[in-house]
Amino acid sequence: MNIKVENLTKTFGAQRAVDRISFEVNTGEILGFLGPNGAGKTTTVKMITNYLIPTMGNIEIDGKSLFDNAEEIKKHIGYLPENNPLYHEMPVIDYLEFCANLQGIPKEKINGRIYEMVRVCGLNAEKHKKIGELSKGYRQRTGLAQAMIHDPEILILDEPTSGLDPNQIVEIRKLIRELGREKTVILCTHILPEVEATCDRILIIHNGKIVADGTADTLRKQAQGQELMRVKIEEGESNVIFQSLQELPTVAMVDFAGREVNRFEVQSKPGLSSKKDIFQLCVKNNWILTESIPIETKLEDIFRNLTMN
Amino acid sequence: MKQIWIITKRELGAFFNSLIAYVILILFLGFSGFFTWLFGSDIFMVGQASLRSFFSIAYWTLFFFIPALTMRLLAEEKRSGTIELLLTKAVSDREVVLGKFLSTLILIIIALAFTLPYIITVTNLGNLDLGAVICGYLGLVLMSGVYISIGLFASSITHNQIIAFLTALFMGLFFHLIFDILANSFTGFIGQVFNYLSMTVHFESISRGVIDSRDLIFFISLMILGLYFAELSLSRRNVSN
Repeated sequence: MNIKVENLTKTFGAQRAVDRISFEVNTGEILGFLGPNGAGKTTTVKMITNYLIPTMGNIEIDGKSLFDNAEEIKKHIGYLPENNPLYHEMPVIDYLEFCANLQGIPKEKINGRIYEMVRVCGLNAEKHKKIGELSKGYRQRTGLAQAMIHDPEILILDEPTSGLDPNQIVEIRKLIRELGREKTVILCTHILPEVEATCDRILIIHNGKIVADGTADTLRKQAQGQELMRVKIEEGESNVIFQSLQELPTVAMVDFAGREVNRFEVQSKPGLSSKKDIFQLCVKNNWILTESIPIETKLEDIFRNLTMN
Repeated sequence: MKQIWIITKRELGAFFNSLIAYVILILFLGFSGFFTWLFGSDIFMVGQASLRSFFSIAYWTLFFFIPALTMRLLAEEKRSGTIELLLTKAVSDREVVLGKFLSTLILIIIALAFTLPYIITVTNLGNLDLGAVICGYLGLVLMSGVYISIGLFASSITHNQIIAFLTALFMGLFFHLIFDILANSFTGFIGQVFNYLSMTVHFESISRGVIDSRDLIFFISLMILGLYFAELSLSRRNVSN
């Protein structure tokens, strides 16, 4: 099922939480939804799950308007809200059964689904405990289990790995990737490596507006523009090498990288690559190229650039 | 319909899991039993084979206990955020409100069912007017319905259970007492209006054994109104955070 959001706007009093945003998510796509606190991520997600009704704009799921078919469409959405609210007085199993019932799973399949979720989310040891007695990690797993219990076509997860241990994080990410092959997944998170590790596409939202939309690679290219390399060239006089590098036609700027001798940062001219030229320069002068590392702009930097005023 | 029942079952479970149900049952039976059989104008004092004294005790005990049951229904879910989880499942706001209403009503009916042995006892004491007893129970159930729906509305406007409790009690007090007092101090049309709004008048009329459509309209329209406002205030989440 694909999600199509058009001109979505939500105002709370005078405040515009979400300001005319439009995007699409297709089946088999994992969308990473990023943004600083208060950017409007959670409000957007709450509108897609039909908890809030937009002030303006439209949400279509599989070509059907969400507001006219809410009851039907909600059956196909699995949602893990921010802060993972749960009924603390209920045992895990009872809670999963309650969710399964509400989502309209046929009676004969309910037990199967519950045990499937208990297995997938690693809840077996704690399944008869009350949710209030569980540790944060196990509560998070319960939250994930309830979101996926009805095998939804659309999965919306707000910070799914918070409170999990590293092993569990790896497993959950793997699970999300697997699910993402045939389902539509929206992943809200602050953890940028997680987005890189799991998402096909990234959407960055700031002050209620979309400021970036694309794969991690396209975002990098947009942010970077010029190729940046760190090279180490030995068997030569530092200043001579510096001079020669500077004279290469594809090189825009050379800089000493830190205090280390013979290590340089080379920035190419826009649209050009200086890798080959550097190699040939070394061959010509009998220098030895011992390091050549392309420096990628980190997602963190892109994020900061886009969301700091 | 199915969704309402699923929510009702969960709420009943929550009542019994958190001991609220047992505390309320014991208190209700203790209070009403004590005043019906042992103290004040009890059955032996009145010297008639009727359950009037029980009904007038239950009329007051339920008035106080129902807000204690309804206060957490929506306020707690709003505070802990589970309301978001609930409403993003395949249920509508209305189904949630009705499910919660029904669960509390069922709990009250269970509490009332425990007093059925009173009927057997009193029948052995003398000639009991069974019609009046059935109508008395019906009156209690209808009155409970009204206070539950008022309590649900009170619970829907706040995150705080204490505020929900006091608001419900305050609103209930108008129907329970204040309109009755006002009806006595006004004459003419205004007096009639207050008279019609008084719970006491309708409850006494029905527990005398007369099922009047005016009483039924009163109970049922108040129930619907309370539930409607509860649903409306649930959807107010759209106006502010």
